[in-house]
Amino acid sequence: MAALLPRLPKRIRLTPSSPTHWICRTCQQRRAFTPSSTSPQTQQQPPRPNQDEARTTHFGYETISETLKASRVGAVFSSVASNYDTMNDLMSLGIHRIWKDNFVRGLNPGIQGERKEGQRILDIAGGTGDIAQRMLDHATLVNDDKRTHVTISDINPEMLAEGRKRFGNSPYKLAKRVDFLEANAEDLSAIESASIDLYTVAFGIRNFTHKDIALREAFRVLKPGGVFACLEFTPQLSNPVLNGIYKRWSFGAIPLIGQVVAGDRDSYQYLVESIERFPSQGEFRDMIREAGFLIPGRNGIDEEGGRMGMGKGWEDLSLGIAAIHKGVKPV
Amino acid sequence: MRATTTPSSLTRLLALPPPLRTRTFSVLSRPPPNYPGHIPLTILERLSLAAGSAIGSLAKPYRHDLIASLGETTAKPYFLSRLHRAMLNNPTGRRILRDRPRITSKSMKLEELRQMPENSVGRAYAAWLDREGVTPDTRDAVRYIDDPEEAYVMQRYRETHDFTHAITGLPVIIEGELAVKAFEFANTLLPMTALSLVAIVRLKKVERQRFLEVYMPWAIRNGLKAEEVINVYWEEELETDVEVLRARLGIEKPPDLRDIRKALREQKRRQKAEREGSGAGAG
Repeated sequence: MAALLPRLPKRIRLTPSSPTHWICRTCQQRRAFTPSSTSPQTQQQPPRPNQDEARTTHFGYETISETLKASRVGAVFSSVASNYDTMNDLMSLGIHRIWKDNFVRGLNPGIQGERKEGQRILDIAGGTGDIAQRMLDHATLVNDDKRTHVTISDINPEMLAEGRKRFGNSPYKLAKRVDFLEANAEDLSAIESASIDLYTVAFGIRNFTHKDIALREAFRVLKPGGVFACLEFTPQLSNPVLNGIYKRWSFGAIPLIGQVVAGDRDSYQYLVESIERFPSQGEFRDMIREAGFLIPGRNGIDEEGGRMGMGKGWEDLSLGIAAIHKGVKPV
Repeated sequence: MRATTTPSSLTRLLALPPPLRTRTFSVLSRPPPNYPGHIPLTILERLSLAAGSAIGSLAKPYRHDLIASLGETTAKPYFLSRLHRAMLNNPTGRRILRDRPRITSKSMKLEELRQMPENSVGRAYAAWLDREGVTPDTRDAVRYIDDPEEAYVMQRYRETHDFTHAITGLPVIIEGELAVKAFEFANTLLPMTALSLVAIVRLKKVERQRFLEVYMPWAIRNGLKAEEVINVYWEEELETDVEVLRARLGIEKPPDLRDIRKALREQKRRQKAEREGSGAGAG
């Protein structure tokens, strides 16, 4: 089962030459994973002039054509879908629940008091529905708002099927407060512009082929004043000793747990490699700003910058293993 | 420059054996793979994978990939090398290592095998596959063995497992699998085969008794007595008569397990019908 994922031979990442394609500094400077014994082969690959349109991107530590990334990621998530929640518990030792609770509580979905229309939330890459469930629970139980609506969107039908299973015939489903949409986050044409109050993406954006396009789509679908929130792993912890321990857990234990529990080492190897390739908190904050969002500050800390739309914009969780990024669409 | 001296027998005796594995890498900087799909593991990873596979395959016997990884992580340092040497010591074994044939559904075409002469190995293999409802699907690829040739030996062992089933006639049910594993342990000495015998606890009491009385003694006796089955060039033996091959290897055919179970089921059914008949008559 583990050998079923089609694997291209490992090569050094080739930096795309086009200046319009945004790549983070870390990806450009990233040293080759495989030692120099493999580099003479790859550097002798002749340039192919008729394929200068074919751009490459990273898939974990592999370099693949951009057109292939979505399907490779698709294969990974189709494979992990049925054990997704169990594996999350095992990999993060249950801490992912605390992160997600913190994420939702910080966003405080749901509006108290009388309103004509309920809040509309769009949860991207939310296939299995754990964020959507928390959003609806928080809105209903904490803010007594029974009109909040969540659209769960995912590119992968298997993940979405898990979400449908989770909601089953629950009260939220019967009250039509949850919707499922199979879509690529880079193309949300099914959603009207300026129709969403809150756009969330938890542990999804690092798998997108073009994060900048997804951010621009997020900007488009949000109402003015709408909030973009992203919960994602960070590539490095700030403390080098803890980072060493954390990385060894990531690259040693996680693919092993994937092999034993889910029978799929390669998917979990991809997942930990994709965390390495994700931009750092500051770089990602800059990407969010480039998409047009105002960057808030943290509570009471960088208020001045936050008011100007130039706040810190992120909050580290668990010593920097994950981070919550937020952006606000200007009014 | 020091002059090299021939080591005396004392120094040879006191010389340390080569290290089990000189760990020169960490999970963050694995060396490049030695063959496609190869994943070099650190010692801690090997131990954890062995432990996890052992528990997982006992809990979920259908996880063949865990049995495979259990085999790979426990086969080194000594056992796989011993098997490799056994192949190198045998002329057919050496030819197999040179040719490196692979058994897949493409290389073993069932339609051709079914046409083979009656009682030939190929026919018996096809008949066994049909009877059990399995195919010569590609087995899980070996990933955790570092040396490419030893990895091939492991792969070959895995792929010829079905042939062992075919010439002994043992079925794919747990009892049959355990009997083949016991035979393979006595024959190949791979630790995974012995470890998988722990699954005896999963057998029902009657099955366990039968296994310990009949099949385990058969397996140990024949595994030890027989030639190394790993050295059989199955692709060339497809037209050989099964009895001839068994005689050549030194394997007796065990009692047919499916027939025994069927007979027992019939007996039980008859007894039940009698009881109900007499009960209905009396009531």
